[in-house]
Amino acid sequence: MNNSETLIPKIGVITDVRIDTPDIKTFRVVTPDGKKAFDHRPGQCAMLSVPGVGEAMFSITSSPTNEEYMEFSIKKCGCVTDWLHQAEVGQQITIRGPYGNPFPVDDVFAGKNLLFIAGGVGLAPLRSVINYCRHYRDRYGEIDIVYGSRSKDDLLDYNEIIEEWSKDAGVKVHLTIDNPQEGWDGHVGFVPNFVKELGFDTNKTAVICGPPIMIKFTLDGLCSMGFDKTQIYTTLELRMKCGVGKCGRCNVGAKYVCKDGPVFRCDQIDELPDEY
Amino acid sequence: MQKITQPMLIDKAVSLLENGTVSCVFGWQKGEFDYDITPSVFKNADDLKENFVWNGFCGANLSKYLVSKADKIEGKILVFLKPCDSYSFNQLLTEHRFDREKVYAIGLPCDGMADISKVKKLCGDGISAIAFGDDTISVTTIYEDKPYEIALKDVLLERCENCKSKKCVAYDELLGENGDVLDSNRFDEVARIEAMTPDERFAFWQNELSRCIRCNACRDACPACTCEKCVFDNSDSGVENKAAANSFEEKMFHIIRAFHVAGRCTDCGECSRVCPQNIPLHLLNRKFIKDINEFYGEYQAGAEAGSRAPLVDYTEEDIEPYDVFDRRDIDA
Amino acid sequence: MRKCFLDKINSVFTEISKTMPLYLPTDSSDGSAVYKKWEDGIKWSDALNTVRSPKDFFFPQMESLMEFKTEGKNIEVIDTRQETEDFVIWGVRPCDVKSFEILDRVFLSEPVDSYYASRREKGIIVSLACSKPAETCFCQTFDINPAEPCGDVSMWKTETELFIQANTEKGEAFMEKIAGLTEECSEDAVSEQKEKIGSIMKKLPLKDLKTDAFGGGKTMDFFNAPEWDELSQTCLGCGTCTFVCPTCQCYDIKDFNTGNGVVRFRCWDSCMYSEFTKMAHGNNRLTQKERFRQRFMHKLVYYPENNDGLFSCVGCGRCLSKCPISMNIVKVMKKIGGKASE
Repeated sequence: MNNSETLIPKIGVITDVRIDTPDIKTFRVVTPDGKKAFDHRPGQCAMLSVPGVGEAMFSITSSPTNEEYMEFSIKKCGCVTDWLHQAEVGQQITIRGPYGNPFPVDDVFAGKNLLFIAGGVGLAPLRSVINYCRHYRDRYGEIDIVYGSRSKDDLLDYNEIIEEWSKDAGVKVHLTIDNPQEGWDGHVGFVPNFVKELGFDTNKTAVICGPPIMIKFTLDGLCSMGFDKTQIYTTLELRMKCGVGKCGRCNVGAKYVCKDGPVFRCDQIDELPDEY
Repeated sequence: MQKITQPMLIDKAVSLLENGTVSCVFGWQKGEFDYDITPSVFKNADDLKENFVWNGFCGANLSKYLVSKADKIEGKILVFLKPCDSYSFNQLLTEHRFDREKVYAIGLPCDGMADISKVKKLCGDGISAIAFGDDTISVTTIYEDKPYEIALKDVLLERCENCKSKKCVAYDELLGENGDVLDSNRFDEVARIEAMTPDERFAFWQNELSRCIRCNACRDACPACTCEKCVFDNSDSGVENKAAANSFEEKMFHIIRAFHVAGRCTDCGECSRVCPQNIPLHLLNRKFIKDINEFYGEYQAGAEAGSRAPLVDYTEEDIEPYDVFDRRDIDA
Repeated sequence: MRKCFLDKINSVFTEISKTMPLYLPTDSSDGSAVYKKWEDGIKWSDALNTVRSPKDFFFPQMESLMEFKTEGKNIEVIDTRQETEDFVIWGVRPCDVKSFEILDRVFLSEPVDSYYASRREKGIIVSLACSKPAETCFCQTFDINPAEPCGDVSMWKTETELFIQANTEKGEAFMEKIAGLTEECSEDAVSEQKEKIGSIMKKLPLKDLKTDAFGGGKTMDFFNAPEWDELSQTCLGCGTCTFVCPTCQCYDIKDFNTGNGVVRFRCWDSCMYSEFTKMAHGNNRLTQKERFRQRFMHKLVYYPENNDGLFSCVGCGRCLSKCPISMNIVKVMKKIGGKASE
């Protein structure tokens, strides 16, 4: 990225819109000449904007190993996302990034058994890491993925999970939905309880992403199972404007989520004041 | 010198706290210097004795705090009201913005509040002490051996220079003697601006409002601005803005605000007192008050709790639009 | 050291203005000082300082970042910036000069903010010693010496004369321009003034205010202090303190639809505002106490933690004189700092 143009975005073209759930769509974005806008690491984010509507930070859902395009799974919940949900293929938007720190996929995670736990749209940032680890499968041990949402329809990337992830050797996928539903013979119940029921070995590095309340209870659950907080990673999300630690609004204590995060190890979060 | 003295107020507050009439006291807290006084909630006698202050710099109007705090505080609140504050108190009651049962109001006479920026114009910076005499204040600075003796009337806040009323209009208990509604000259400056040509008037406001930094202090201090969510804070409104995107926008903010408080503004003068850029914002509101007086007969918002303001009332004598147009032609 | 006589100051201003705009504090119609571009007839104010800090010159309250033209599904991004020209800010007080260093650490750290950087590069800072500090001044708390102004050029003003000295290459070049209007002189008068200022500083009411209790790494010493409730209880939530502050630099980025295009602009924002951290699905600072705490924690703990112990306050005293409820950093430091050191 050219430093002098930090706030000036590139043009991105939406080349595919996938309806994932009733309120989440996944957008495929490339530059007008058909390339990826920039390289990123798993867990990093980008600022997308619709001129006249606003700019907002989204995690990059696609893996860096995808050399053709970037994907963003976006839940409809505000001005920018409402507008994006109405966008059609061919629509241009603006994009800048990458922002934030990535998951430590090449050092800390290497050689480890990995446990990914996601709730709802929280799968979006994890999909990037999961696919990265699947791509370099031999660098990692066993991979467990626990994913839950309100209903079957609310499960993000359902086809990819069933058709690709669960067919990989050494990858176990555990799905759950909050309430019983016709046509669903899988697990029913909230993610934190499901994790406890599954009862994982502590020889894993865990990554949690989802609504704050789900993160809290899952974290408590893992700790009671014997996990140490240094084994658990999560991501934080706060309001951002610049993405580069200057506009002053996404700090928790002396840390800026846009620059020092969004990925934090849970013991690092304990050192932060309770304001996130 | 205020006739009711600080020790009298502290004694009063302490006794009401100790006999259980109230659970806390809204008053003024002393600062680093003798003039930088902070509105404060006192919860015990020691705090009152140590920090409560009542002098000629207690300009802050405490009534607005009742809106946000009355329902959060257990027990009754003792609030001290200067005459002008009591009008705001009544107006808030009229608009049902707090529960009257939660409040024990003490009215206190006021001899006018000083404006520290006027004091500094006369004495310069470096103030180390300020003492109040009968009609004078004595200001000691680190630069002069002898204190400056200034007449209080020369450094009054604008709203006190043109005080509309020395009468407390709402209280459970009154300290000292109640004053009278005064014949003030508060509309003189409005009349002067009305007499300008439209171009002159535009230039006048352009100059004044160009200094606005959109800090929102006027709005946040205003006892008539009590919307829970101001339209200028609502990002969905499309007008939410921290800085003007063009040179007319800061005027929009003040004009909309003046319209919104029209008929409800008691002319307490807080907007101008708190403006860091010394913009005479009260003149916008006074223009409305003057117009309402002329169109509908004398009306003072807050003079009576529950009064029906002309703008939200209908009588057959109400002015007709063409009268207003006629008047406008004459003005121009 | 060079000097000129104050009755000739207009010829100095005229000379400078021939090649670049000169901004200096002048008295406005309401009596307070404000920076204005010098032109014939504009008088240099004697006021101690301006209400708005000179941070405007590098970080203006509002600036366009770019424009967008949209046509159908296509967007064009237009960088509308013009080349910044050299300019002079005259009479900047030592506290405000220091504030630029604090802003630099934010805007000039990687990734550099090019909007800020280009103006910073072109601005020549001509500072002025404070011969009559106010009771609200506490720059010495932050090791700023009002008798030793920094910047590209330093000045000391007496009743009749102005003493000038260059500190940087930019400053030397600037001094060249006015060499014909100034003369070489001894430093005696300046030394005398420095001594005088030194003795005044010992008389200032806030001279004993110390930062020892604060600094990086102390978040948890103060974050949960019960005093925040009392300190913030009557805070109105306005942005006066942040907007008059020379070191506050939070900003918002917004789009404005002009009718024939979209302007993306940046404007000052305030952590004191209720919607500052509001997101589509919640707000992590719900009450004024949290917003209030953020502002002071940032100045006294967070900023020093990220910037080698440098505090994000220069003791200019603007918030002391302008806060509608007279609540300010001095009161906060005394209340919670005193507590921690007990």
